[in-house]
Amino acid sequence: MKEPNDVILRTVTKVAVVIILTFAINLFISGHHQPGGGFIGGLAFVAAIVLLFLVYGIEKVRKNIPVDFKIVAGIGVLIAVFTGVGGMISGKPFLYQVFGHVNLPIFGETEMATAVLFDVGVALAVIGTSMTIIMSIGDDR
Amino acid sequence: MNNLVVLPIVVPVIVGMVMVIFRNILWFHRLLSLLTTAFIGIVAVCLLDQIKLTGVQVLYLGGWKAPFGITLAADMFAVLLVLVTAIVTFCCFCYAFSSLGIERERHYFYPLTLFLLAGVNGSFLTGDIFNLFVCFEVMLVASYVLISLGGTKIQLRESVKYILINMITSSLFLVAIAYLYAMLGTLNLAHLSVRVAAVGQDGLLTAVAFLFLIVFSIKAGLFLFFWLPDSYSAPPTAIAAIFASLLTKVGVYAIIRLFSLVFYHDLSITHLFIGVLAAVSMVLGAMGAVAYWDLKKILTYNVVVGVGFILAGFASFSLVGMRGTVYYLIHDMLVKALLFLLGGTIIHVAGTAKLKETSGLIRLHPKLGWMFFIAALSLSGIPPLSGFIGKIFVTEGTFQSEYFWLGGIGLLTSLMVLYSVMKIFMNVFWGPALTEETEKVSTEGLLLPMGILTALTIALGLGAEVIHEYVDLAAAGLLDPQGYIDAVLGGKL
Repeated sequence: MKEPNDVILRTVTKVAVVIILTFAINLFISGHHQPGGGFIGGLAFVAAIVLLFLVYGIEKVRKNIPVDFKIVAGIGVLIAVFTGVGGMISGKPFLYQVFGHVNLPIFGETEMATAVLFDVGVALAVIGTSMTIIMSIGDDR
Repeated sequence: MNNLVVLPIVVPVIVGMVMVIFRNILWFHRLLSLLTTAFIGIVAVCLLDQIKLTGVQVLYLGGWKAPFGITLAADMFAVLLVLVTAIVTFCCFCYAFSSLGIERERHYFYPLTLFLLAGVNGSFLTGDIFNLFVCFEVMLVASYVLISLGGTKIQLRESVKYILINMITSSLFLVAIAYLYAMLGTLNLAHLSVRVAAVGQDGLLTAVAFLFLIVFSIKAGLFLFFWLPDSYSAPPTAIAAIFASLLTKVGVYAIIRLFSLVFYHDLSITHLFIGVLAAVSMVLGAMGAVAYWDLKKILTYNVVVGVGFILAGFASFSLVGMRGTVYYLIHDMLVKALLFLLGGTIIHVAGTAKLKETSGLIRLHPKLGWMFFIAALSLSGIPPLSGFIGKIFVTEGTFQSEYFWLGGIGLLTSLMVLYSVMKIFMNVFWGPALTEETEKVSTEGLLLPMGILTALTIALGLGAEVIHEYVDLAAAGLLDPQGYIDAVLGGKL
């Protein structure tokens, strides 16, 4: 039941969603050494989409993000598990992680770790699961 | 380090997720689910051989050594159960193909069952009590969906009760773990065992042990089984068979693991109490099974009797009794799955679960009848079927530990069990056929999985010599946890 007169809400949302999404990515990246990570980053990401739901209605958002979130969750879990399996293939225990330092053009000396891949999986699983829950609750009359 | 240990947990998760992604290709689901369970069975057989040769197999996840990281430890007992779990799930999948119905299959039956399998295998293989909690939850969350899958009225009613009971139990479980961690400062089972042995099992630790016993008793249906008969008769046959065969057994496994590895210093209190609970649940379960005239109710009460009997052997805490426990646990998983599948088929064929409204089915369904007869004899422990050897060892063990009352109750309730299943056999299969014209309900595709299980219960009885060596190792490993501790902690600490 959208009120016809929610111009302020819409305008704020347009800005706020960008900020929330940026913050979600920031949380995700800082998770390797500071508080944060895939789980909380994924939840913040979902918060942005839920805000869009509230303001623009579920149908419109669904049209613009044509993704089946159950599949997102599935892919997320698969990525996370396969980073664990990667360790097994190289003769190390399941879930074994490695990291190294790479010189990237803009960022300079950067630490790269396979744990990040695991976190990507976690983030996708969290996004997929919570979106599925929210959409199936929000859809029903 | 042995990466094989993690495969029974990880493979079902991977396959289940692939199924979620490719949701609508049903033949693909069926094929993959069979392949996965077969694969886990093969892995378990490989592990059995490795354990026989080199002792307990341990895997430190991510290379973080115990007691700091998460450890998976596969001893003989756990891997035997993983193997039986794989066999039972394989048969239940086969049964589901032609009984469950497209709608339920389409709504993630196979992925959910695989997640349940991952949780069950995880509970068996973990060497860390918090991880045990997590695997319990994985298993339970999958079972919540499976019990309400299809959404009939009775299923929804029972699932609410089932979820509530399990939520409360799980929170108690968490509280118990917190107490344990506060007292001992570790969660690794082997490390817990070392520390309990070092500080001695005083009153406070025994109290925590009892809290764990309450938690697992509710999950296993040991004495606190008030929720069990209704919940297990609600879902469709294939799912009910998986529940009856696997879920309570995970609770039983947790009791056995915890009270043989960690809390084994005060036998006259904890284990005697387990024995009393086992006796009471045997008696109450047998009374329920004898009293009811409803097929599903009789079978679910028999689950309770089985749990009691398994733990009667464990309570004796002697080598013979332990051997009987392992043997009977394996037998019980197979035969409970078989009986539930048979019971579901009978209901499907006769159209009712009420014994007094059916008669003379043996004329139309001779194979079904004889399979039920064999399963019934095996359940009550008639030689040469698989129940016999377990029963004789358990009884011998209780007598050895001078729990004569416990062994006596076990034998007495075996008679009552025999009566309850023979009641089913005589009422359903004997007598004149009710319908004159032979409009036979098809059992096509249902007989094969039950045939496999029937063959296994016969083979397990006749060929007990083959697995005797493994069962012996498992029982010895339970009685003397030092091998497990050394393998996990690597001789340090």
